[in-house]
Amino acid sequence: MAKPFNEASLWTLFSAGGVVAALLIPMQLFLFGVAFALGWLHAPSYEHLTALVRLPLVRLYLFVLCSLPLFHWAHRFRYTLYDGLRVKHLNEVIFTLCYGGAVAGTVLAGYLLWNWG
Amino acid sequence: MKQATINEAPVYTEFHPRWYRPHVSVYWWLGEWHYLKFILREISSVFVAWFVILTLAQLWTLRSGPESYARFQHWLQNPVVIAVNVISLFFVVFHSITWFNLAPKAMAVRVRGKRLPDILLSAPNYAMWAVLSVAIAWILLR
Repeated sequence: MAKPFNEASLWTLFSAGGVVAALLIPMQLFLFGVAFALGWLHAPSYEHLTALVRLPLVRLYLFVLCSLPLFHWAHRFRYTLYDGLRVKHLNEVIFTLCYGGAVAGTVLAGYLLWNWG
Repeated sequence: MKQATINEAPVYTEFHPRWYRPHVSVYWWLGEWHYLKFILREISSVFVAWFVILTLAQLWTLRSGPESYARFQHWLQNPVVIAVNVISLFFVVFHSITWFNLAPKAMAVRVRGKRLPDILLSAPNYAMWAVLSVAIAWILLR
């Protein structure tokens, strides 16, 4: 199978996504998924959030936050299936689903953020 | 000399050689803490992907208007969703800690011939994590 990327560039994306995920996701997930949902902290208003997303720098941040961690997931999940469940024979299907998912998420993030209202 | 080896008749063995391939169970990682930790670390990527899906849904509903976003917020308050997010939080923190602790293993920095202790290499990662987390909270809670 002709792969669109080589292993080294995929690993670089995995690694970059790992850094982004490690630094940024815990606090953001804690706030939106737990603290605001349980009412521990006052959730930011719709107006505050839309005002934030209108800033180009915030949109760039959100794009990176969505895209790179998906490539991190794709790489790691692929090897989890290979090694953890020992399903090497489905190699190409897994490869396509993982990176296809990451590309789809990136396109969706780009679509949502590119022309913000 | 070379010519002679090429012209030699190939030697056939009577039996096909059998490779030594021990059978490895699908549950090989359950036996030992180190293996389990490895698999938990790998599984953390699923929760990273879950966070991205949540964020994309949040952006989608933010774009669709205040009512749509209010419905999304209400959905986030569902106990099942909160439970999933608490589990996800555990895994993404596990990812952060294992990722930051990897730095000294990936690069061995030597100063005057001596290897820097691991803590000096992972500490800046933790500091960066703290600064960015405070910044995110500050921007959102302002």
